[in-house]
Amino acid sequence: MVAETKPEAGRPARIRRRTGSNAMSVFAKQGILIAFALFIVGFAIFSDRFLSAENLMTVIRQSAIIGVMAIGVTVVVIGGNLDLSVGSMLSFSTVLVVDLHDQMGPGLAILVMLAATLCLGAVNGLLVGYARLNSLIVTLGMLSAIQGLVLIYSGGQNVDIVNQESTWFAIFGRGYVFGIATPIVIFLVFALLVHVLMSSTAFGRRVYAVGGNPTAAVFSGIRRSRVVFTTYLISAFATGCAAVILGSRVMGSQNNVGQGYELLVLAGVILGGTSLLGGSGNVLKTVVGVLILGFIQNGLLLMGFAYYVQWLVTWIVIILAVWLDVAAKRGRLFSPIA
Amino acid sequence: MTDQTPALRLDGIVKTFPGVRALDGVSFEVLPGECHALLGENGAGKSTLMKVLAGMHQPDEGRIFIEEQEVVLPTPLDAKAKGVVLIHQELSLAEEMTAAENIFLGELPRKRFGMVDWKTLFARAGEILKKLNCDFGPETKVSRLSIAKKQMVEIARALTVDAKAVIFDEPTASLTDAEKVVLFDIIRDLKADGVGIVYISHRMDEIFTISDRLSVLRDGAYRGTLVTAETDEDEVTRLMIGRSLDYSRNVQHAELGDIALEARNLSCDPLFRDVNFHVRQGEVLGFYGLVGAGRTEIAETLFGLRHPSSGQILLDREEVHVASPADAIARGISLVPESRKEQGLVLGMNCRDNMTLPQIGDLTAGPFVANGAEIAIYDQYRDRLEIKAPSWRSIVGNLSGGNQQKIVIGKWLAMKPRVLIVDEPTRGIDVGSKSEIHNLIRELARSGYAIIVISSEMPEVLHVSDRIVAMYQGRVMREFTSDEVTEDNLVQAISGIGGERAA
Repeated sequence: MVAETKPEAGRPARIRRRTGSNAMSVFAKQGILIAFALFIVGFAIFSDRFLSAENLMTVIRQSAIIGVMAIGVTVVVIGGNLDLSVGSMLSFSTVLVVDLHDQMGPGLAILVMLAATLCLGAVNGLLVGYARLNSLIVTLGMLSAIQGLVLIYSGGQNVDIVNQESTWFAIFGRGYVFGIATPIVIFLVFALLVHVLMSSTAFGRRVYAVGGNPTAAVFSGIRRSRVVFTTYLISAFATGCAAVILGSRVMGSQNNVGQGYELLVLAGVILGGTSLLGGSGNVLKTVVGVLILGFIQNGLLLMGFAYYVQWLVTWIVIILAVWLDVAAKRGRLFSPIA
Repeated sequence: MTDQTPALRLDGIVKTFPGVRALDGVSFEVLPGECHALLGENGAGKSTLMKVLAGMHQPDEGRIFIEEQEVVLPTPLDAKAKGVVLIHQELSLAEEMTAAENIFLGELPRKRFGMVDWKTLFARAGEILKKLNCDFGPETKVSRLSIAKKQMVEIARALTVDAKAVIFDEPTASLTDAEKVVLFDIIRDLKADGVGIVYISHRMDEIFTISDRLSVLRDGAYRGTLVTAETDEDEVTRLMIGRSLDYSRNVQHAELGDIALEARNLSCDPLFRDVNFHVRQGEVLGFYGLVGAGRTEIAETLFGLRHPSSGQILLDREEVHVASPADAIARGISLVPESRKEQGLVLGMNCRDNMTLPQIGDLTAGPFVANGAEIAIYDQYRDRLEIKAPSWRSIVGNLSGGNQQKIVIGKWLAMKPRVLIVDEPTRGIDVGSKSEIHNLIRELARSGYAIIVISSEMPEVLHVSDRIVAMYQGRVMREFTSDEVTEDNLVQAISGIGGERAA
């Protein structure tokens, strides 16, 4: 670079700035993967257990519940909305599926639970999609309302499956498929399916269009309300699937088991680079985002930190990810203009 | 004049964005007391140059001088402190604050403990507004002001510093003629005070009215500077686009087919009432009128975005009820909307995805979108409309205005509509692309499309239309054939004078 200096461009300050912003743009574009690699290397140095196949599988399995939910929420966010209700929706669905298991058997319990969960998603979808209410308000309200619903349903009692050894319901949380833990299989297959839905179908294209510019989408003949409605159904369905994994894993459920999950889910979505403004994002990158959260949590525990330290570190990681994202768009870290 | 010290001088400015060399060694100067117009097609680099001057972009190469002192302008605040002020095309005022607060935003006069010194603030702001001959006080809330008056506030803001150079970026885009006169007076006053003016506009007549010299950019490169008094529109146009333009009246009539679309006593209270018109295959029907005359609302009603309160819409002589845009599309009506950025395009999407968006549901093989079919459609309309984009993967927001508009037109042509409605086909795009789009509209009519063109520009309506409907306050005042229309009777009709049914 310095050797081929042009006469009028030979000022070192400018060259530094240019290479600086190039390095930054590379880092910001692939920042999420680079950060991922750095964490893995860092933890591997400090803990020899960290990189063992067993530990890696454990982390992925533990991330599966957040991951499945985050995949659904990614679809909502790409469509230009938020879904904060998934935390208490997970409580609701898990309590319901566990409670119904002993009354009607696993198969029917799962179906009824999924139907009920989809109804909750439909309420979100109606209010945000058709009534055009602000999604933050609607789903934050639903977060609270569904928690109330759970307590009314259960009467404040935690629920358990009585005969835990003989039910095939155990397969979802405790079982293995071809030697791989079922939650991992569900997580990755679901990610792949939704990725194909978003990247290769007309529906996916419409979600990106509605999130990117709702007015232009309407002018293109897209039924915006219906698209938004459907994204909430997908999110609810994802949470229902997560509830199956969780209920099967624990074979019981507390009333508030999903409390706080909405923020972890959203953190995974944001770490995956999906813009909260809508119209851009990628389901597979959400998977990476969720795994980063999982590995941070696991790595910190292995290094001997208290579990609550992860909350702080998670926050730092999210701020860095969001910052790098906007810095790449405007070409510098600090900017007086948006 | 040339031995004066330039108020502002640029030397060999280069600015590249990923994949685009937006400015390629541009040099430019403005003298104190001079109005220097800057011209160029969209995408020629005018806006980028202005942002470099205003400290919003950093040049990769080249130097900036203010009164022959080399400066670096890392932020807009630095630029302003050194006397370079940009009056934005899109106004950037805090709507809920008073004019005075906006004028001194960021440097409000303070009393002790950091409290705002309102008395001084209003007094100083009032002084500046008075100097600009504004008829509103400094305590007026900005949200109450018209666009022209908001612009005055922006200009007042520029006068709070010792401005060496003031840059106007398309300042008249949303002004009425009367407001324009006021603006030009202010520009002349600024000149008299020795301020250098950089004036960016697409409108030739303005440039010849207000500027002393003009410089032309093309494809990011400097093409030359002319003294305004010694040149004419033809020479400037050639410099801008490399050829001359034909802007004559439309005389070639296409072979007319059957009536494709007809409106009978169509009303949508209170926007328009008892509107009657029809358009035949092979015909261009122009709608002309002032902003707010109800033209866009008619288009939106035909496209199912609004529902008529009474009256009929007939498509191929059969009455239809257009329930939604999806319904309109299914019936073969396409609308190229008024505002391409807000209504026409998803700016963050790529060219191909934008173009195929209305028909994406039909472009499937099994459950999946058929990639090949999509690219084939894009390629077809890229070639037909001569869209200049690096590839179908290019993000539409990065294209020039003219190419963006072509993407919108391509998107609707690809639907193979029976009726094509084009609302403001060339708003905010440069002269070169403008004439291409006009030719395209004529060519489409010749190939049998029924086309409705809505425009606020008289030369445009006269140039493309076979017949013209003149509207005034939600009513059709008169319909003209292209033989009987003159600029005079058209202006009268849209002002509510001398129409056939001036009831």
